[in-house]
Amino acid sequence: MADVTLQNLVKTFDTVEAVRGIDLRIPNNEFVVLVGPSGCGKSTVLRMIAGLEDITSGDIRIGDLRVNDVPPKDRNIAMVFQNYALYPHMTVEQNMSFGLRLRKVAKSEIRGKVQRAADILGIAELLGRRPRELSGGQRQRVAMGRAIVRDPQVFLFDEPLSNLDAKLRGQMRIEIQRLHQQLRTTTIYVTHDQVEAMTLADRVVVMNAGRIEQAGTPDEVYHQPRTRFVAGFMGSPAMNFLNCQVTEENGHTVARLADGPALPLPAEQAARVRSYAGRTLVAGLRPENIREAASHDGGNSGGVPHDISIDIVEPLGRETIVYFRLGDSTLCARVGTEVHPRAGERTSLVFHPDRLHLIDPETDLVL
Amino acid sequence: MTAVPVTGATSLRANRRWALIAAYACLGIFVVFFLFPPYYMLVTSLKTNAEIAELASNPWIVTDGVTFSHYEHLLTESSFPRFFLNTTIVTVVVVAITMVISVLAAYSLARLRFWGSGVLATGVFLTYLVPDTLLFIPLFKIVGWLGLLDTYWSLILVYPTLTVPFCTWIMIGYFGSIPRELDEAALIDGANHLQMLLKVFIPVALPGLIAATIFAFTVAWANFLYPLAYIYSESEMVLTVGTVTTLIKGDVFHWGGLMAGALLAAAPPVILYAFLMDYYIAGLTSGATKG
Amino acid sequence: MLPPLLRRKPAVAVLMCVPLFGLILGLVAYPFFHALFLATLNKAETAFVGLDNFSFLFGRQTFWMVVRQSLLFALVAVVFKALIGLAAAHAINTIPTKGQRKWRGMMLIPWVIPPALSTLGWWWLFEPTYSAINWGLTKLAVPAVPWLSDTFWARFSIILVNVWVGAPFFLIMYLAALKSIPGELYEAAEMDGAGPWQKFFYITLPMIRNIIAITTLFSIIVTLANFDIVRVLTQGGPLNTTHLFATYAFRVGIESGDIPLGAAVSLFMFPMLAILAFIILRNVRRRAASLA
Repeated sequence: MADVTLQNLVKTFDTVEAVRGIDLRIPNNEFVVLVGPSGCGKSTVLRMIAGLEDITSGDIRIGDLRVNDVPPKDRNIAMVFQNYALYPHMTVEQNMSFGLRLRKVAKSEIRGKVQRAADILGIAELLGRRPRELSGGQRQRVAMGRAIVRDPQVFLFDEPLSNLDAKLRGQMRIEIQRLHQQLRTTTIYVTHDQVEAMTLADRVVVMNAGRIEQAGTPDEVYHQPRTRFVAGFMGSPAMNFLNCQVTEENGHTVARLADGPALPLPAEQAARVRSYAGRTLVAGLRPENIREAASHDGGNSGGVPHDISIDIVEPLGRETIVYFRLGDSTLCARVGTEVHPRAGERTSLVFHPDRLHLIDPETDLVL
Repeated sequence: MTAVPVTGATSLRANRRWALIAAYACLGIFVVFFLFPPYYMLVTSLKTNAEIAELASNPWIVTDGVTFSHYEHLLTESSFPRFFLNTTIVTVVVVAITMVISVLAAYSLARLRFWGSGVLATGVFLTYLVPDTLLFIPLFKIVGWLGLLDTYWSLILVYPTLTVPFCTWIMIGYFGSIPRELDEAALIDGANHLQMLLKVFIPVALPGLIAATIFAFTVAWANFLYPLAYIYSESEMVLTVGTVTTLIKGDVFHWGGLMAGALLAAAPPVILYAFLMDYYIAGLTSGATKG
Repeated sequence: MLPPLLRRKPAVAVLMCVPLFGLILGLVAYPFFHALFLATLNKAETAFVGLDNFSFLFGRQTFWMVVRQSLLFALVAVVFKALIGLAAAHAINTIPTKGQRKWRGMMLIPWVIPPALSTLGWWWLFEPTYSAINWGLTKLAVPAVPWLSDTFWARFSIILVNVWVGAPFFLIMYLAALKSIPGELYEAAEMDGAGPWQKFFYITLPMIRNIIAITTLFSIIVTLANFDIVRVLTQGGPLNTTHLFATYAFRVGIESGDIPLGAAVSLFMFPMLAILAFIILRNVRRRAASLA
């Protein structure tokens, strides 16, 4: 086991800069998830760590070893690929043991390791089958088994669940979590799925356009996003963004939303943004912070009601998503199932200012 | 209202039935056209010389009793077994040479990319379009300089020019269709180039390898021009030329033996196809359409 | 493990291509240039005669016959191979999938038999005295046909045999192309009210146009360069009226021993082949680009 250090990592394809200077230290045993939209460079970073892409500049260390010029097989890593990359002509057992056989490990030792990995993953009865005889979830397990038997210092996962259906994806998420709890191997996991990022990660690294936007615990990136990108990327439905003005009203510092209500800011936040008074800022408010008027949880404490006209309603069972217009922008609110809003109706929704994020439109940084 | 869809359905069904009848009729005619010559060859080879020479009876069936004497004669009293052996040696060696050259080159061209590899791949395709009849005369000189004239080694030298380009081309296609993730997985598993080729690429592209092998086999077995131009001694001849030139001795009534020889000589490729046709067709169609 | 030089990708890659490169260079490129050189020598190969061999050929009526016959042979044969191949492929694609393999297998037999050998069978079928085809024609009260002794019928015969040998290739290519057309397109067309002919002209043909083009061009090359059939069936006769480039080059270069002149005859195929190869390459590239 080892920690992984990336120092000012840069990757250029022809003229395109895919990765523009990544600094990241991943301590031993940590489960790090690199998340971001497609093309943000997350897979490239992973492939550079694996040794599948050359490094344009910067350094990668695994443990104490600078691995920039070390071939993949000598980096003591194992990788799980998006499409599993199982050898179609080999049985499950041969797939899992291929790396060990190439390394001339003793037969008895191989058998023991394969058996142990198969037991951990619950695929012992599949060892004699070939990949095409397996379901998607089983293939996924075999791909993980192939990584486990190598007993590597670092696990690399490249969007491993993106080919599974939603239900199986949920199951495999739990499996991967359990596996990490059991093996404690340092893990770097790439995904574009924020649910995977939130549920699996010790630490989430949000990437955009070849740079790290924010690295932090799932809680931090969700509740304390540092940039507009992170605020908008994490969370589904996505955070509402609309223009606002910070003003003093009745002795309170308030954020007056464009064509909407004025939300009083908590004292601490008010202190931070007072200097922006009079300028147009971007307000970010998550859908769960816009609720129905008579919600059970704590009444309307601190909330500001506002009359709106409902555009579209999406009932999801345990909650209902309501889209409505406020001035020029379409906003989204999550309401409970007790109320039954209808498209076209006018109703009153309550805006909760305690989780309001104010963003400087010039720097896109959260204030 | 209900009547409309019902008649629509029946007319649709009637259309389909007519299409099917037309298709089978068409196929029947084509099958007769494609199969009557080999059928007639077979019938002739089973007739006695007397029946072949006789003009009155129906030539399309054996009326005077089936005989295997032509085949017996061929196998025991002619050079035919010698031709068969020579053809087998030439074909096996050519197939082996072809597969080694093609697989190595295809792996390199499909995966490793180097300066000029694109040009070389195009060159391979263009070479595949060069027919044997374009270069047989300069190759005649080259074969002569090397002292290989009138030996079947000349064929082993020149046949790869016909087999290697196409085999390389379809192997590039097969290797190229292997997902890159698979090499990457093998790379992380610790495979070097040779192991990657032998333990991953070749087994995964086995259908392509079979198709290429059959192609090389067929070309080497069937070529007629090169042996006709380069070989004169009966002891060095291969089946195609041996059958056509030495079994015709101006003897009008030797047709039975000639047909028996042609059928026996054609048997190995035909048998090979019977078992491996699907591989070959897949390879051929992918080779001609993949860019 | 590997020595340092080989660990670098390009070195290994180039090394693996060396045999292929050697083959193309030594046994294709070199002979081609040698052919150009040979074609400028006199019959004894002792003196440089420039373009005399070519001007000699241009002055010979036989040579121009060979040119015309080769083109006629290639064009007519390819058209019929394409039509028969398309009809047969379409018929096979119409019948239930279960039986398709069997029919396809039977129709491929002509293409599997080495052509020199199957042509022997045809030769026997065309034999003047014993022709089994003529026997059948006589029974139908049709006069016997002088298959190989009359110019028209001899040309007809070599084209017939070439069509017989080559149509299965078109069948395979077209069948593969037909199978690659998604069935949904036909269902959508049926919804739009298209009949069988409309489906064929508006969906099938456009979808397989590229394969038709590549297969046809490819077949023109192979047919233009054909040797076996004419050599076995007519040896160029009667009176050189069935000679093709290849058989004429063989007659002149190998049998009459005028190697430079034979090389010159062969080389006449080259410009045509080069143009066809260029068009094929462009088609294949375009197809590859449209798939990417």
